[in-house]
Amino acid sequence: MSFQSPLGVARGTGTARSGTRHGLVQQATALALIPIGLAAAVLFFWMMQVGYAGAISLLQQPWVLLFVVLLVALPFWHGYLGIQVIIEDYVSDKRLAYATITLVRFLSIAVALLGIIAAAKIGFGG
Amino acid sequence: MNNSRSMPISPHLGIYRWPLSMTLSILHRISGVVLYSGALGLVYWLVALAAGPNAFATASWFFHSWIGQAFLCLWSLTFFYHLLTGIRHLVWDSGWGFERREYRLSGWLVVLGTVGLTAAAWIFGWLIAGGAL
Repeated sequence: MSFQSPLGVARGTGTARSGTRHGLVQQATALALIPIGLAAAVLFFWMMQVGYAGAISLLQQPWVLLFVVLLVALPFWHGYLGIQVIIEDYVSDKRLAYATITLVRFLSIAVALLGIIAAAKIGFGG
Repeated sequence: MNNSRSMPISPHLGIYRWPLSMTLSILHRISGVVLYSGALGLVYWLVALAAGPNAFATASWFFHSWIGQAFLCLWSLTFFYHLLTGIRHLVWDSGWGFERREYRLSGWLVVLGTVGLTAAAWIFGWLIAGGAL
């Protein structure tokens, strides 16, 4: 959301009056990832112990499936935002930075979707 | 423009004595990038599980091989590190912990906590996998 006047936008002057959302989402996803990350460590270890059939039947429970979807989506969201900041800080060439950020964004969305599709295929018994 | 005159410049990295917080801050970013690769590993594991028993057996073999175990070791270490420094950042964002004594203490707690939590996780893991618990 931008509070800039059209003239301000055209001139490219003044503060952007936007960008707080980036930090807020970074914090919100960070907060959510504290319990989710810890539970994920336990779940992943458990699934490695129970083997193929055990892992499949575990994922076919709705709550576990929901949890795994969050477990895939949130790290890529949080990770994309973090890598964006790192690129903005260290890549001084603006065009290269923008291209890299866009690439990381598409990669994050694509891989997260791949993980969610895989989890959904198992969860819905495909 | 000639910049070689001795102009007053703001102090930068080379001027300061290297405190713990600077190391922790840089490692927070590096560990975040390492954890991104961990998320890629998680998706690989899920895709293998969805692809069927053969693909899952390959993934299981990888995660139990020495290189897979090395990756899990690295990811668990960076996970606990990033978790603890992340909580430290959230506390700072709430406005607390900026006194010198406080951020030094929280910095060393992060170091000790990372080592402790990683060691505890692997010891519990080995005990459970070995059937001792």
